[in-house]
Amino acid sequence: MAETRQTVERPLSPHLSIYKPQINMVMSILHRLTGGALYFGTLLLAAWLIATAMGEVQFTYVNALFAHPLGQLILFGYTWALAHHMLGGIRHLIWDTGRGLQIWQVNVLSWLTILCSIALTVAIWAVGLVLRGEL
Amino acid sequence: MAYRTPLARVRGLGSAHAGAEHFWRQRLTAVANIFLASFLIWLVATLAGADYATVKGTLAKPQIAIPLLLLVVSGLVHMRLGMQVIIEDYVHSEGYKIVALMLSSFFAFAVGLVCVFAVLKLSFGA
Repeated sequence: MAETRQTVERPLSPHLSIYKPQINMVMSILHRLTGGALYFGTLLLAAWLIATAMGEVQFTYVNALFAHPLGQLILFGYTWALAHHMLGGIRHLIWDTGRGLQIWQVNVLSWLTILCSIALTVAIWAVGLVLRGEL
Repeated sequence: MAYRTPLARVRGLGSAHAGAEHFWRQRLTAVANIFLASFLIWLVATLAGADYATVKGTLAKPQIAIPLLLLVVSGLVHMRLGMQVIIEDYVHSEGYKIVALMLSSFFAFAVGLVCVFAVLKLSFGA
């Protein structure tokens, strides 16, 4: 929290520009990105709820936006962000207990996060489409 | 630690004056969100493509509205804490940082209030 007063432009240690991307590092970045996306994605939930509360006209309008291919793409991305952030969060909760911190375990957990998040997202949409009888 | 007063030790807040409160709240809401966000996914998946009366009727049910309200509160506390960390990491100028933190809080409370208002309106009719 302390404010850093910089009077001279000092060179910064290179990190992103010099290190080979590693899976735990990529997952860390994705965790923050998906968290940020979910932050603004709450607007989707708010829009859906308030439109439903306002009336059928507003509900139909918002539903049409969600049903548009671009809307569907955003919802798909939102589902993935949610799944990924949730699984990444569970990984962090495991780490909080001091377990899974060997390098190979970190790598396995990181790979599991991305693979499971994609699988989970596809599964959710498959179930959703089956429920609607579209698959 | 000989210089710390007994009160300071009992409070356990340390030099940042906030202790582990941020960390703990983040974890608490994270665990809650695992269940509550799973519930939201299930809810949206089952309501996708449903007509207005069905959606309205479903959202008005207490067993739907209550977990939804819990999700909104837990989710918004969690995301406000998360955005606070992002802002503190990347916005270095003290002035801009305070403005950004305020805007982030305004956003979180506004979105939260819209959601809560909508669910309550659906639940209590009118």
